[in-house]
Amino acid sequence: MTSTAAPETKAPLFGEEEKRIVLDPMLDQNPITLQVLGICSALAVTTRLDVSIVMGISVIAVMAMANVAISLLRNLIPSKIRIIVQLVVVSGAVIIVDQVLRAYAFDLAKQLGVFISLIITNCIVMGRLEAFAMANPPWRSLLDGIGNGLGYAWIICVVGAFREIFGSGKLLGFQVIPDAMYEAGYVNNGLMVLAPGAFILLGVIVWVLRWIRGYTEN
Amino acid sequence: MISEALTNSFDLAIAAIPQDGAQDAGNSYLGILLRSIFVENILLAFFLGMCSYLAICKRVDSSVGLGIAVIFVLGITVPLNWIIQTYILAPGALSWAGMPDSDLSYLQFLTFIATIAAAVQIVEMAVDKMSPKLYAALGIFLPLIAVNCAILGSSMFMVERNYSFTESVVYGIGSGTGWLLAIVSMAAIRWKLRTAHIPAPLKGLGITFITTGLIAMAFMTFSGI
Repeated sequence: MTSTAAPETKAPLFGEEEKRIVLDPMLDQNPITLQVLGICSALAVTTRLDVSIVMGISVIAVMAMANVAISLLRNLIPSKIRIIVQLVVVSGAVIIVDQVLRAYAFDLAKQLGVFISLIITNCIVMGRLEAFAMANPPWRSLLDGIGNGLGYAWIICVVGAFREIFGSGKLLGFQVIPDAMYEAGYVNNGLMVLAPGAFILLGVIVWVLRWIRGYTEN
Repeated sequence: MISEALTNSFDLAIAAIPQDGAQDAGNSYLGILLRSIFVENILLAFFLGMCSYLAICKRVDSSVGLGIAVIFVLGITVPLNWIIQTYILAPGALSWAGMPDSDLSYLQFLTFIATIAAAVQIVEMAVDKMSPKLYAALGIFLPLIAVNCAILGSSMFMVERNYSFTESVVYGIGSGTGWLLAIVSMAAIRWKLRTAHIPAPLKGLGITFITTGLIAMAFMTFSGI
């Protein structure tokens, strides 16, 4: 760390620039709603909140590890084979996360199934490696990885929470919609659990966030 | 072009029938094909390949090009990964090499993605050498495909569902065809949407998602077949 941080000794370890790197992906540069990256897993794993949380944490971990590794190697990688190198590094990080999940949270790992492996091809990971880690020192790359991971995680947690509440009337396995509502004729919206519900819900979330930020696409 | 691709894959499914001899097996091949195209459409039911889908689906002609490239690559990589899984990675798979206790399944992700990247690279070079015309049509799409999650996802599903070799060929082509259908129909709809009056923040990504949701709902009606 000392050798890489040497040129920036004057700058504080967590100054304005670092703060911006972490906070920008939350709203202004959110990977899902504005950069349109990593949509695949955002929809597939969000039928329940707990699964979304685990997926979010996994993505943060993979992005942090891959960003730091690529940033350390950035001056050694020949640009012609950089995609392959990036894929190998990301696969390595995903294998670590997958093995940890299987060891400590086997049931959840089973439910996430193939979607953990699909973090490898998640465009957010590759996109940040290519756009940020290839050109920045490790500490900032780590922050960028965590920031973008968090920006991704909170969106999928919101989608997961909505789908669980309206799809099964529960949140994290606890019933949140009271029995009185069901007796009054309320029914769970089965569509929310299915694929079309996810698409429409994410469409609406994108709409709301872009409306708040005043962003329009041409 | 779509109908051509469809007939081709149907022909393949029918050609697969006599190979196994039994009529039952033939039905199941056709079943896998129809399931992977319509009912369990890789994009509309499993959300795989969304990134390139969202990036490309603005134009019909490039959607068709990318879709055909996906069918092509899936038809090659899924069986290829089947061979690797069965003879190298699965627990006990190395018994032909005298190592019956081996279990390399933790290397699955790494090997699969490396195989896909290598296969895409080889296909690109081969197409360039053999058919410059096809290369001009598919060339720019091939590198994109290595990081398309539909490709890796299909290989993972193939392992999860324990398909046989022929089934994996049928599944690869079927899920590619399903992806092509989804992206081409979306591209056509987006073309029309350009002139529609949509609230400004909903333009682009938002309305694309909602429309995709409606297409997904339409595809769900196939599940009765």
